[in-house]
Amino acid sequence: MSSETHFTDFKSDKQPTWCPGCGDFGTMNGMMKALAETGASPDDTFIVAGIGCSGKIGTYTHSYAIHGVHGRALPVGIGVKMANPDLEVMVAGGDGDGYSIGVGHFVHALRRNVDMAYVVMDNRIYGLTKGQFSPTSREDFETATSPEGTNMAPVNPTALAMAAGGTFIAQSFSSHSQRHAEIVKEAIEHDGFGFVNVYSPCVTFNDVDTYDYFRDSVVDLADTDHDPTNAERANDRIVDPDTEYIGVLYRDDDSVPYDAVRGPDQPMNDLPEGAPEGADRLVKEFY
Amino acid sequence: MASDLNWAIGGEAGDGIDSTGKIFAQALARAGRHVFTSKDFASRIRGGYTAYKVRTSVDRVESVVDRLDVLIALTERTIEENRDELVDGSVVIYDGERTSMQDVEIPDQSIGLSVPLQDLAEQAGGAIMRNVVALGAAAAVVDFPVDYLDEALVKRFGTKGEAIVANNREAARLGRDYVRGEFDIDTDYAIETTDADYVLLNGDEAIGMGAIAAGCRFYAGYPITPATDVMQYLTGRIEDFGGTVVQAEDELSAINMALGAARAGARSMTATSGPGIDLMTETIGLIATTETPLVIADVMRSGPSTGMPTKQEQGDLNQLLYGGHGEIPRFVLAPTTIAECFDRTVEAFNLAERYQVPVFLVSDLSMAVTEQTFPPERFDVDSVEIDRGKVAGPGYEESVADWTDADGHFQPHAVTDDGISPRAFPGTVDAAHMTTGLEHDERGHRTEAEDERVDQVDKRQHKVETAREREDLSWREFGDPDADTLVVSWGSNEGAIREALPELESRGIDVRVLTVPYLYPRPDLSGPIEAAERTVVVECNATGQLADVIEGDVLEEVDRIGKYTGVRFTADELADRIVERVMEVRA
Repeated sequence: MSSETHFTDFKSDKQPTWCPGCGDFGTMNGMMKALAETGASPDDTFIVAGIGCSGKIGTYTHSYAIHGVHGRALPVGIGVKMANPDLEVMVAGGDGDGYSIGVGHFVHALRRNVDMAYVVMDNRIYGLTKGQFSPTSREDFETATSPEGTNMAPVNPTALAMAAGGTFIAQSFSSHSQRHAEIVKEAIEHDGFGFVNVYSPCVTFNDVDTYDYFRDSVVDLADTDHDPTNAERANDRIVDPDTEYIGVLYRDDDSVPYDAVRGPDQPMNDLPEGAPEGADRLVKEFY
Repeated sequence: MASDLNWAIGGEAGDGIDSTGKIFAQALARAGRHVFTSKDFASRIRGGYTAYKVRTSVDRVESVVDRLDVLIALTERTIEENRDELVDGSVVIYDGERTSMQDVEIPDQSIGLSVPLQDLAEQAGGAIMRNVVALGAAAAVVDFPVDYLDEALVKRFGTKGEAIVANNREAARLGRDYVRGEFDIDTDYAIETTDADYVLLNGDEAIGMGAIAAGCRFYAGYPITPATDVMQYLTGRIEDFGGTVVQAEDELSAINMALGAARAGARSMTATSGPGIDLMTETIGLIATTETPLVIADVMRSGPSTGMPTKQEQGDLNQLLYGGHGEIPRFVLAPTTIAECFDRTVEAFNLAERYQVPVFLVSDLSMAVTEQTFPPERFDVDSVEIDRGKVAGPGYEESVADWTDADGHFQPHAVTDDGISPRAFPGTVDAAHMTTGLEHDERGHRTEAEDERVDQVDKRQHKVETAREREDLSWREFGDPDADTLVVSWGSNEGAIREALPELESRGIDVRVLTVPYLYPRPDLSGPIEAAERTVVVECNATGQLADVIEGDVLEEVDRIGKYTGVRFTADELADRIVERVMEVRA
């Protein structure tokens, strides 16, 4: 809407109850900044949140929003966007929400490529239930429910996204606030499903994937010769187990969003007072 | 001249049984005859016994009976499966030249007509048309002019080209001529045609048509027998009215997509069967607590678990009334006829938006796959009224400013006199707000404050009380209003009960019948139950789920007639069972 939108317009009057220092502060602020920079206004923005620490985002932001059930945020977002193409839809979740209980929806949302942004606050732990391993926890990560490590390979979200046909796959680090906002903004502006996995450290329960760890290890693709439109090169980066890349890993500029083909041109909320015009022919079809 | 003809075609799944039956049913409807069809099918794509039965009369027909007048048997098993229904003078059409049918034994009381279906079909242009040859043969038996088949053949094969249609027409005529030329049979089955023109549709189609008429624009679903026809009906049609159908990856996704669309302001629905309702139950609470209007159709089949997917049952009532943790206000509407599937669907959308609650629309397999004729004016699209309930925003009855608190926050859960607060569609200026599955305050933000919790629970339950006061949630009644015996039922049993009445009367038993389309909130049945000497609740389940809730409501014991074989009640069977029950009580 207005080009004068400021990111504070998207802030609510509620104070976050996240732990002091939580990565989610930076993740959320970057999302608000990105929204403001695209020119969206709170009145035409819809934020869908999952369950967990990340799920609180709807409370701390000011826009239309829904805080749903665990793992189902993506289908809700798809429904919102399909019903009203004029809305800027952003879905926020956590690694448990998106890659464990909701992993099926994640895969199919990537395939479906509805024009919206999906930001995952990935802290590699379950925070709100006080410190159990998550789908992205390392194999040797010791927690209350994995005293000897998880004995499972972690989910690689960007590889999963690539395999499922994602059309915009990016990674970001909440602490690099300006860069993070840029990446989210690019996801919003992508014509299709913009997926951003955000390293969003949990200062209370995860003493391995810390700010220091990410600060020391992230490599910004913007500082390399990476061409995100080259799928083969993107794949090489995505499956590289030794580097935590941030930036846009892959982007298909020719993708056609599902809603552009299967969705309506107009918001569905405007209805006549009776049956829509031409509905009487429905009866005649049964002759 | 027979007023009532019972016809069937049976064979293996994949033999084209369904399309043959449908062609005949449509032709009869064109010929001004009423039709009621039923399908007997197995949960597999090819092989296995399958049958399509057509009951037809110049008068309205609304159930199946235990009798067959004409049977087209494409396999020997067809005769075995239907042996009990063959009566004195029943005609069995079969292809005696087929290797597998050469030794077939026609029951003594029946007339076997061996027609070289395959040979004649090949003469017409292809063996695949043997079903249509059989149709022509059956038409000759009942003196039904084959010209009436032509229109139905165009409808079925028109997209495959004129030559295919012409060949099929020829096939029907060869079948007719063969019977006329080879047999000199004298049956009572000659049927009358009239000038009326009826529409022919099943319950799932009536739900789909009702949804479009009611302004439904968004449908998300996952294929499941026997609800899939709702989605298939909407696909390719709803788009013409600005809507869309999404086939989701599972039921959890389907209902959450539908919820998202509803939250964005669309009239939205999903349809599924029992196993899908189980998966969707998680989200029902979210719909209720966010006060989002949504219509969820449950086309019941036999359970529990995967049960018998292609068989009849009415076993989900408890799930719909009580499913979900916590306390969830909801509506449960149960149409009792195919035509009523249309009406109740329209009403479901209005109730959902008027009260901002989940509305279950319950149908069952027998209603979903059965096709029935109706005068087209029975589906009065022009009289559909769309009531969106309380909406705030430009162009709606409420203004955003009136529902905004002192700090400038829109209050989607404002406590009101009737429990209903205005909602605002996303995009409405100055009404941005959140909704959540967490308990919340009037503004939609999380709270654990005792007074706010109580206010919101009361508000949600209050909507049910408001509906009880404002809506006409009554029963439908027929039979003898002064009878000693009261029969209460729900869902697709109504037709069979209606048709059992003359038989009951002839056996000296008058009954008063109530069918209940509103199962929650539901009407108070204590008056009719007190007035009757005995009450019998008829339903397709083992435990008597409606009977249980009625007993709880009226604090009086009721009698039960249940059936859970997977097959619907027939009128004859119901008459017997009601008589049996009345006699037991009298004894």
